[in-house]
Amino acid sequence: MTTQADPVTTRPSPSPSPSPPPTPSPAPERKSASPAARRPDARRRRRLGPGRPIPFGAAVGPLLLLAVWSLGSLTGLLDERTLSAPWTVLATTGDLIASGRLQESLLISTQRAGLGLAFGVLIGTVLALVAGLSRWGEAVIDGPVQIKRAIPALALLPLLILWLGIDERMKVVTIVLGVFVPVYIHTHNGLRSIDQRYVELAESLRLRPTQFVRRVVLPGALPGFLLGLRFAVVSAWLALVVVEQINSTSGIGYMMELARQYGQTDIIIVGLVLYGILGLLSDGAVRLVQRRALSWRRTLAD
Amino acid sequence: MAPHPGGLTVHTDVHVDTEVHVDIEGHAGTGSVVRVRGLTRRFGGRTVLDGLDLEIGENEFVALLGRSGSGKSTLLRALAGLDPDVAGDGEVDVPANSSVIFQDARLLPWQRVLANVVLGASGAAAVRRGQERLAEVGLAGRERAWPNQLSGGEQQRVALARALVGEPRLLLADEPFGALDALTRIRMHGLLRELCERHRPAVLLVTHDVDEAVALADRVLVLEEGRITVDTPIELPAPRQHRHPRFLEHRERLLAALGVTQEPASPGGRPATEETSR
Ligand SMILES: Nc1ncnc2c1ncn2[C@@H]1O[C@H](COP(=O)(O)OP(=O)(O)OP(=O)(O)O)[C@@H](O)[C@H]1O
Ligand SMILES: [Mg+2]
Repeated sequence: MTTQADPVTTRPSPSPSPSPPPTPSPAPERKSASPAARRPDARRRRRLGPGRPIPFGAAVGPLLLLAVWSLGSLTGLLDERTLSAPWTVLATTGDLIASGRLQESLLISTQRAGLGLAFGVLIGTVLALVAGLSRWGEAVIDGPVQIKRAIPALALLPLLILWLGIDERMKVVTIVLGVFVPVYIHTHNGLRSIDQRYVELAESLRLRPTQFVRRVVLPGALPGFLLGLRFAVVSAWLALVVVEQINSTSGIGYMMELARQYGQTDIIIVGLVLYGILGLLSDGAVRLVQRRALSWRRTLAD
Repeated sequence: MAPHPGGLTVHTDVHVDTEVHVDIEGHAGTGSVVRVRGLTRRFGGRTVLDGLDLEIGENEFVALLGRSGSGKSTLLRALAGLDPDVAGDGEVDVPANSSVIFQDARLLPWQRVLANVVLGASGAAAVRRGQERLAEVGLAGRERAWPNQLSGGEQQRVALARALVGEPRLLLADEPFGALDALTRIRMHGLLRELCERHRPAVLLVTHDVDEAVALADRVLVLEEGRITVDTPIELPAPRQHRHPRFLEHRERLLAALGVTQEPASPGGRPATEETSR
């Protein structure tokens, strides 16, 4: 577990800085005569822009928050019932691990999110492929998905509870509904923005439809799909938090909800930190996949 | 490259009455690879190709000149079968096994160089042929590079390798060197000639560069007002010299046909490349 507790920002905002839009055509990089050639030993740097990156810059803000929080708890400015001290949270984490409650909650929550994510991604991708590869598919699928997009997944919760009860199925379905939309939107967009010139090329090479899909369509839509996946991961955790706090008898959300009833801010904060870590880890994982799968794009850029 | 099951007649689209005969054997007796009769293409109300006739013989290297907007690309795309949505009619006979080189190299950025070369094929034999072609265009060892790690000229060489990997009977090229600098272009000329002599496809090279046409082609055509108005064989001693008097003669005549008024060529030097698009 980490000692770095950040009580405010547990989740990255629902817009993880999107990677640049898919650019299928390679932009030829031009080298201009560098004015820095005058001073060969001077550090070359951009004249405009925010300047050189600060080492471990991303940690500065959270550490500062942690310091303020510690100071507040030490001086007694922060009441223990309003916000437990960082060391209390740490100790509680230890207790929760020792009793096995934390692992149990973590496991069940991860399972829900994972299942919802898996089905949601699958459904979103298949729908996007069908809609992207055939006019009929698009006519049938695109409209309903756009309508669904306008309705937040969580607004469907009352209906889902009526239909499915409050068991695991309802929770997973809610997550699926939140996940498949961004996957669909971005994959479909990726498919449609495949350069027409590549389609022409495929025609001139007389590619068979299967070859065309495998060599042109799927790789061409991959950047869009991966972008959609990043949004999907965020949606999955978001939906998870809600379904776990509404009607649940297990999971991180339940643990926090229970803690609320007893006024245990330390446990609530442990839950928040857990959500934050899960979100960061999963986003990092997708970004790693993105980097490896799209290595063809990074060749000249960086 | 997937060979077509021979002798197809493809009716391309409802509003195109062009009969595109795609065949493998070619025309018994005639020896021509391409035969076009009465080809018409219209955009909106404008007739760009107007009853055009064209024949290209086996192994023949033909250059097509014409002002900008005269319809060169339109003709090439009609031959390549890439214009199913364009209105028009006419009879187009082209071999099934033909390939296209575009002005941009048009490599798939997500496929490595070798995969781009063998895009239309699969199997170990195709990979070997792809490697051979890459070696022929001087890119042996770059098989695993990504296209955007290559320079513009190198990318165009990959496109050339890709076009030749299936041993096409017809090579259609639309200003393939238009985006390259003058030096690279001259090197590409040498390479293209060399490869065409080795693999012997018939070639239709669209260009706006009269020098390029005279330096490379066996025959030069000029497209004007929807038809071929000039059709002239180029006979020059083997390594074609830009300063050869007959070279200059051809050049002047073609420039005149294109309506470019020309000052006397600068003495001693290679005459500057002329754009016919003025
Ligand atoms: N898709 C299209 N829609 C409408 N008009 C078109 C289309 N394609 C070509 N044209 C028109 O047809 C005419 C011939 O175009 P084309 O591209 O064949 O010329 P070109 O000889 O290749 O010219 P350039 O040397 O500039 O490439 C032009 O006037 C052009 O505006
Ligand atoms: Mg053109």
